[in-house]
Amino acid sequence: MDKKLERILPLVQKPARYTGGEYGEIQKNKSEVDLRMALCFPDTYEIGMSNTGMRILYQVLNDIPGVWCERVFAPWFDMDRQMREKRLPLYALESGDPLTAFDAIGFSLGYEMAYTTVLEMLDLAGIPLRSANRTELTPLVFAGGSVCCNGEPMADFFDLMIVGEGESVDGEVLQLLREAKAAGWSKAEFLRRAAQIGGVYVPSLYTPEYNPDGTLKAMHAAPGAPERVTKRIVEDFETSCFPVKAIVPSTEIVHDRVGLELFRGCIRGCRFCQAGHIYRPVRSRSAEKCMEYGKEALAFSGYHEITLLSLSTSDYRGLNDLCDGLMDYCESRGIGLSLPSLRADNFSMDIMQRVQKVRKSGLTFAPEAGTQRLRDVINKNVTEEDLLRSCAVAFQGGWNSVKLYFMLGLPTETDEDVLGIAELADRVVHCWRENSPNRSHGLRVTVSTSCFVPKPHTPFQWEPQVTREEYMRRVSLLRDNMKARAVTYNWHDADTSLTEAVLSRGDRRLGAMIENIWRQGGFLESWSEGFDLKRWEKAAKEEGVSFAFYANRERTLDEVLPWDHLYMGVNKRHYVHEYEQAHKGLLSPDCRAQCSGCGAAAFLKGGRCDG
Amino acid sequence: MDKLRLVYEQTCRAIWMSHLDTMRTLQRAVKRAGIPIRYSEGFNPHELISILLPLSVGTASLCQIADIRVREDVDIAALPAQLTAVMPEGIRVTDCYENAMKPAELKWMRVEGAWEYDTADTEAVAARCRELFSGSVEVMRKTKRGEGLFTVTDHVRDLTFTPGDGVVTVGGIVSCAEPVVNPELLTAAVRTHLPDCAPDGGRFCRMALYRADGTSYR
Repeated sequence: MDKKLERILPLVQKPARYTGGEYGEIQKNKSEVDLRMALCFPDTYEIGMSNTGMRILYQVLNDIPGVWCERVFAPWFDMDRQMREKRLPLYALESGDPLTAFDAIGFSLGYEMAYTTVLEMLDLAGIPLRSANRTELTPLVFAGGSVCCNGEPMADFFDLMIVGEGESVDGEVLQLLREAKAAGWSKAEFLRRAAQIGGVYVPSLYTPEYNPDGTLKAMHAAPGAPERVTKRIVEDFETSCFPVKAIVPSTEIVHDRVGLELFRGCIRGCRFCQAGHIYRPVRSRSAEKCMEYGKEALAFSGYHEITLLSLSTSDYRGLNDLCDGLMDYCESRGIGLSLPSLRADNFSMDIMQRVQKVRKSGLTFAPEAGTQRLRDVINKNVTEEDLLRSCAVAFQGGWNSVKLYFMLGLPTETDEDVLGIAELADRVVHCWRENSPNRSHGLRVTVSTSCFVPKPHTPFQWEPQVTREEYMRRVSLLRDNMKARAVTYNWHDADTSLTEAVLSRGDRRLGAMIENIWRQGGFLESWSEGFDLKRWEKAAKEEGVSFAFYANRERTLDEVLPWDHLYMGVNKRHYVHEYEQAHKGLLSPDCRAQCSGCGAAAFLKGGRCDG
Repeated sequence: MDKLRLVYEQTCRAIWMSHLDTMRTLQRAVKRAGIPIRYSEGFNPHELISILLPLSVGTASLCQIADIRVREDVDIAALPAQLTAVMPEGIRVTDCYENAMKPAELKWMRVEGAWEYDTADTEAVAARCRELFSGSVEVMRKTKRGEGLFTVTDHVRDLTFTPGDGVVTVGGIVSCAEPVVNPELLTAAVRTHLPDCAPDGGRFCRMALYRADGTSYR
């Protein structure tokens, strides 16, 4: 271990997150690898190690002969300070080598608020922030992850971005980089060729042109670069990589358990949900395969808990068989099984009781909106009766705590919809009184609201976000009307929702603002310790950025959007249709009831969308 | 055979794990190794494992002890290798036995430390440390009951300070029961009373455990 690091560690909180050496870590002999990749997560170790994508990519990339993929996480503020004071550059956990020793530096980007942390990590490693200032072929700095469906705000910083699922593309990029190194290509030559790989977006090969009103007029592709970059997916999910031998952290992380991915995509068409659209088509693993992977991962890790991962677990066709099979294995070993992402309309108490023999977890539903009218607008397809029926069953089964998640500021929302949330919470309390066999423990209903953030590649991508003032007025209205003592009301702060809205539908003119915020000291901004709206306001003023233009402006359906040249598998016709349905207050059936013809099925050559 | 005692080393990168981290790691390791561990029977069942002397973050040990309860007979001789194979880097199980001594019999611990100096004359540092610890030395000590002055020299013995190349090797026997003395208190004492002899880095390692009469603790 580096001497400087040894002396820093006693001075910082939770030093185990900076040392590596965990069970399952992959060590390789440097002399036997010809390409070194740093897999970076722009957040703390506890968050990054909980990320399923990181676990998959670590396995997939290390399975490539001659490639050694190592992990890098953002240091917490105390460690960051110490590293700068003691001049210790950012390093990878496996080898302890600085990032400058790597050929490729890949960031996993799951949320917009991590942008400034990317800059902090690059700077801490002594690597120029902007792609244009990194003239050498290596280190190649790129990104993947869900926000790359509109990575335009970070276009100046990354050499390339992966559009779609990284495990299907990263290997090809590294192979090309290996060829480039061997042949001595320039960086420009490499990027020109990389742009020919499906799912690779090279921002420097695209030039935006703007209208006088600031909207985008066109995005011009350089000669040879594709006009539209189409995402790549894992077509055969049944046989795709599941990291059964994932690293077991030596210190506590957020999701300290086996996460068993059941399927990708979602059969529901919630109009606000980006994941439900960009991960289409629906691809699932058989219950038998999931069982095999789950047992192997538990045996390897020694974890005490396994959780089933998907966008909507209760829509998994083999859920009963899988739960039964896993419980046979788990019960005798003291292993708990948890089922997040259950829907209120097909919640099964039978399953819940079966899986909770070892440990009983909480119950969480996300009705998202307080009235049926608004739930129809967002195509949630859940009725109040569904929710109350599920709660009744749960209360009869002995549960006495329910969490309910909602959004405020959804398109067409009125005060009546806001008050509907309080009324729904009251009905849940009433339902408990009528159904609980033992009321001595009392009831706890937790209502949480967040501010709706319109996202690219959703039917609501043209919608304005309500202003901060309006959001807080609705929060106050709801808080003042939340009367029942059993109900606790939490709301997400308005400032980060606003900034997230600016970034999520931003264009590359935001790059200067992001850098300005970072230069003022902003990073780890998804943490309250790292976020300061004043920094954002100052940077916006200095760089001539209007938050309202990006967050609160309603786009017309014919406006050229900064992400229109990135095709995530769902055609624009579908988004427009769903947008119109929303404004008529009409539901669309889920994919199993009727295929919507969104276009995503075309990604499965010869396969079948499991929707 | 129900109760077993494991002796393990915690060194290298594993010294930065907290006590709770180590506990979780042992619980997972016995599961990975397929050892028929006994579970508690409460609301959240957990493996019956207890660590005798929790290790401070940043301190190494060659003599850590964990007591475990098993449901059925296991091959005691094979168990150390079986467990070491599924441990993170730096944790190595060195022994396993039955009929362990009671925790109350544990009294002393031999420790060894290396104080690193970038520029100081280690000969002079060692001499001044010897002089300091030849008398009574008080240091601020934080416990669950609060912070207070603690006479560290009342609970340590056989202290040695050996100068080397950029390092002063510290050896000694410290109390590890009523009261438990963290060897880092020796470093704190130097920082307080001989600030110009404060080391630039370094750490301690637990070497061996003893009973009150000085015989080995098992």
